Amino acid sequence: MFRNLARFAAFSVLLVLLGVAVTLFWRSWPTFHHFGWSFLWTARWDPGRELFGGWIPIAGTLISSAIALLVAVPVAYGVALFVTNLAPAWLGRPVGSAIELLAAIPSIVFGMWGLFVFAPWFAKLEPWITAHVGTLPAIGIFFRGPPMGIGMLTAGLVLAVMVLPFIASIMRDVFTVVPPMLRESAYALGATSWEVQRHVVLAYTRSAVLGGIFLGLGRALGETMAVTFVIGNAHQLSASLLKPGNSIAALLANEFAEATTPLHQSSLLALGFLLFAMTLIILIGARLLLWRLENAQGKSGL
Amino acid sequence: MNTLYRRRRFWNRFHFSMSLLVTLAGLFVLGWILFTTLKFGVAALNLSLFRLDTPAPGNVGGLRNAFVGSLLLVGLAVLVGTPLGVLAGTFLAEFSRGKRLGMVVRFFNDILLSAPSIVIGLFAFSIVVYPMEHYSGWAGAFALTIIFIPVVLRTTDEMLQLVPGSLREAALALGAPHWKMVLRVTYRAAAAGILTGILLALARISGETAPLIFTVLNNQFWSTDLNRPIASLPIAIYQFAMSPYADLQALAWAGALVTVLFILILSLGARYVLRRAGRS
Repeated sequence: MFRNLARFAAFSVLLVLLGVAVTLFWRSWPTFHHFGWSFLWTARWDPGRELFGGWIPIAGTLISSAIALLVAVPVAYGVALFVTNLAPAWLGRPVGSAIELLAAIPSIVFGMWGLFVFAPWFAKLEPWITAHVGTLPAIGIFFRGPPMGIGMLTAGLVLAVMVLPFIASIMRDVFTVVPPMLRESAYALGATSWEVQRHVVLAYTRSAVLGGIFLGLGRALGETMAVTFVIGNAHQLSASLLKPGNSIAALLANEFAEATTPLHQSSLLALGFLLFAMTLIILIGARLLLWRLENAQGKSGL
Repeated sequence: MNTLYRRRRFWNRFHFSMSLLVTLAGLFVLGWILFTTLKFGVAALNLSLFRLDTPAPGNVGGLRNAFVGSLLLVGLAVLVGTPLGVLAGTFLAEFSRGKRLGMVVRFFNDILLSAPSIVIGLFAFSIVVYPMEHYSGWAGAFALTIIFIPVVLRTTDEMLQLVPGSLREAALALGAPHWKMVLRVTYRAAAAGILTGILLALARISGETAPLIFTVLNNQFWSTDLNRPIASLPIAIYQFAMSPYADLQALAWAGALVTVLFILILSLGARYVLRRAGRS
């Protein structure tokens, strides 16, 4: 009896995940049927005339997440390195815990901080960015625009702060599982700490580190409230990262409760389904990469 | 030879100073966010926050209905999610050792753990709000439960696996049936860990906003009717923060401060429980 009860509870998890996929697909079917594949790369979004295309929020989601990773990954790596390698134990643990506390702060507080504190501060910085970075060849066009403070770049930066603790804590965990013997033999050969880190630790944990980055990407793609506050919620896509844009999650948060026609609602659900599919693929990839290290651990332990 | 040595030493130092620098930057941002919340939150904190309901712009008000609404939603999720999560975790740790089914459930639970909460909200909308044809507290509690369960499942599973096998064998050797062994021996040994999981899951859902936007919607007035839209703290914070009125924004900060304090206390409490259990 008890065993069956437990089994039922475990099955319900599978059922929920399956249920999410099936119901979202089912409810977004009218949109996929109506617009076909072109829903993915059409930029129009006109609830008045019932014309829907998902390109702008899809691209916005990808761009803001990419910015987040570009900023968060090196920082997370530095934090993990500091905590596992550089700091003495009495300092490393509290610093690690403090960074992890960032993960506990609710998304909406990040959003408020982003909107009321970070964005005004960043707006003062933007004329300088436009004047100095915006004039550079090739990457310049990404950094020209009105100094509003909110926009794609701000969303990416706030997202970076949010995914930092996840990536950092995974990197920290995987760095600590490197067998000490490997480190010691490298040191014995006369390697510097950086060389040990680069050629031994990173080489040993490569797939798991990548898994941690994927996990952070999964978070960034689906993050809603913080992005909704600072991305600008404008249905446009421009080369300039300083201009407002939109993401799938932010669009859903803004429009879903007000979507009146079935096609409008179905189109928003279709975007939700795409977001789910994207994060699902990335999270599965992340888990598989992380498991590789665990399995290697298990085998070497035997 | 000498230059090579110098170059290696330089890179070593450069690498580690960068590491120190970004760690300080990370801590600085954490401090900045906490300081901001504290500064704006404390300024708006007063007793009417807990005595009055959410106001219209320009009026005096508090967040009483939002606090109560959140308490109802979160309480319901904890009430339903705890037994389900603990049981599922028990199944993984006790009944499916080394079996493929356990691996599959564990894998998909991890996926569900990181799935975007707004997608869970869409799911709750599709299977609760849509058939019922109106927004309701039940739908919001349903969404929160689905976010709550994977966290509890995972920690329960991990904590039960830490219980030494000899303890189980001793109980079974005394003739205890399997279910009794789990209930009386392994649960007792892993109680602190399981409690930690519940506290962490509670911290996670108390600040969740996205899944509530289109499930419970919102309510300006006092209501405890879960069949209707009710107020909740995260939604009240969201709407007031987005509003152009300074007094409503101040209320949002007060709400944010209360939420952050609540979550930090829960997270620190969870750590404390676990550490104390580890020592004994």
